[in-house]
Amino acid sequence: MGRYWRTLRRFWCTAVAVQLEYQVNVLIELLAVAMSLSGSLFLLSLFYGPEQTLGGWNWAQALMVQGLYTVFDGMATTWLRPNLGAIVTHVREGTLDFVLLKPIDSQFWLSLRTLSPAGLPEIGLGLGLLGWGSHQAGVVLTLPSLCTVLVMLLAGGLILYSLWFLIAATSIWFVKTWNATEVLRALLASGRYPLNAYPPALRLLFTLVLPVAFLTTVPAQVLLGEAAAPMLLAGLGLAVLFFAAARAFWLFALRFYTSASS
Amino acid sequence: MIQVEGLSKIYRVAEKQPGLAGTLRHFIRRRTRNVTAVQNVSFKIEPGEMVGFLGANGAGKTTTLKMLCGLIHPSAGEVQVAGHRPQRRQAEFLRRITLVMGQKQQLLWDLPPMDSLRVNAAVYGISDAVARRRINELADLLELGEELTRPVRKLSLGQRMKAELLAALLHEPEVLFLDEPTLGLDVNAQARVRQFLAEYNRRTGATVLLTSHYMADITALCPRVLLIHQGRLFHDGPLEALADQLAPEREVRLELESAVAPDAFAGLGRLEQLDGCDVRLLVPRDQLTTVVAQLLDRFPVRDLDVSDPPIEELIGGLFRQGRV
Ligand SMILES: Nc1ncnc2c1ncn2[C@@H]1O[C@H](COP(=O)(O)OP(=O)(O)O)[C@@H](O)[C@H]1O
Ligand SMILES: [Mg+2]
Repeated sequence: MGRYWRTLRRFWCTAVAVQLEYQVNVLIELLAVAMSLSGSLFLLSLFYGPEQTLGGWNWAQALMVQGLYTVFDGMATTWLRPNLGAIVTHVREGTLDFVLLKPIDSQFWLSLRTLSPAGLPEIGLGLGLLGWGSHQAGVVLTLPSLCTVLVMLLAGGLILYSLWFLIAATSIWFVKTWNATEVLRALLASGRYPLNAYPPALRLLFTLVLPVAFLTTVPAQVLLGEAAAPMLLAGLGLAVLFFAAARAFWLFALRFYTSASS
Repeated sequence: MIQVEGLSKIYRVAEKQPGLAGTLRHFIRRRTRNVTAVQNVSFKIEPGEMVGFLGANGAGKTTTLKMLCGLIHPSAGEVQVAGHRPQRRQAEFLRRITLVMGQKQQLLWDLPPMDSLRVNAAVYGISDAVARRRINELADLLELGEELTRPVRKLSLGQRMKAELLAALLHEPEVLFLDEPTLGLDVNAQARVRQFLAEYNRRTGATVLLTSHYMADITALCPRVLLIHQGRLFHDGPLEALADQLAPEREVRLELESAVAPDAFAGLGRLEQLDGCDVRLLVPRDQLTTVVAQLLDRFPVRDLDVSDPPIEELIGGLFRQGRV
């Protein structure tokens, strides 16, 4: 375990070093985040006049959802996109072989190899928005509710990661044709707005098939006191399930890689 | 150290027409074709041996090495490396081997090799002090210095290859698999890499299996050679036997000050080409020095060059002559 921990620290130190090589990129990334966030806030504000609601959610509550979405988007920028996006490259260029020859879990390596600090301010921004929205919505923060939200955020992160990893792992078969990152971004973007803002069919899809609902809407509901323990458990259960699926699929993909392709 | 018994690999390749229509047709009715990359190969390598793995492009060298590392599973046959079955890829096994591929690199492009080395040290659980000592030792042998702290993208190909070797050897593997480690390097860098490998093998007693399609790599390093052609093993033995068999003659190219009549070369090997001042002769190995001395003595030579014909040609020749 100590070895994994030390490896992780090394991974992230080198990641930050790479970023510093390209300082301009960090600035551009930050600018892009600011623009996309203000854009979606503007869009959101178009739906709301005074006293209006969207699918039963008022402006402050919708801000909470937007905040949660921003947190996950930041997570994607910092963690998922740089790591899982590189899997395709590894497969295409054959450098996956080097990963597979290391005496360390390949999924660990591929999932945590790098970090892009550019997404960290976005996570901060999202948390800020969530806090402000909660305050406006009259949410009284207690220690239990904070802990709950934290757990929901972790569960959501795990779900998002597992989905993303599953899709990225298919690049072992579809080396060239596949841009997993874009698909996942689009999917995540559907979590920008409260679930109830979507037509029932999509709502079902986003809850059951692609559990985006558990990323943003459900944690907001938990904070608002509209969803309780069962939802929390469902979220956690889903996270574990998705992670197990991602793991199993990766082992399967590796078996294919080593037996069929090169 | 390495035991291979009846090893085969058959790739299944999709037979797909190009374009969208082809892709769709392929999707509906999958057609595959079998490509036999390695066929019934057996050999045994003792600890500390340096063995050259020789063969034309597409002969099955990389495929065999990958099976020995456990990167791909054999279609048939048994492999044992350092007492392990490679395909299980146990951590214990992976710590004892390394693979260097001339056309792929593990070092991070944007960072100095030192950063990648630190990552490798952590992955292999090597303490900082030990890692530093090993890096210093290997860097000395490889004649690497400040290059280790320069971003990889700013290194020459030769420097990069040396840094790759360092990264691959940091965990002191007992078995080295080297797939064309000198690919694309200039003659000097090739020689440097060769020297290093020989020295490393001498110092550590590591077992080395090296593929190359530069004859010179193999001649310089490997007393024993495995020759593979179209997936089959055709020769396993000392290099001399193969060299005589493969290239009983060497090629001598001459550039003369002035043209000479063809019959002037009688008794000086076989005249392959005479084009004004450019002459190409094939000379038996054992007569090479005397013939060259006579050539220099008799003719106004401006330039003289002796070379082995490329392996591809040699092996091709061998098969045409039906000697294997
Ligand atoms: N992933 C693969 N899928 C299908 N065929 C392959 C694959 N890799 C190699 N081959 C085929 O197997 C044969 C041996 O290839 P390889 O082992 O790379 O040869 P070498 O390294 O000696 O040049 C070649 O005919 C090659 O086209
Ligand atoms: Mg090859």
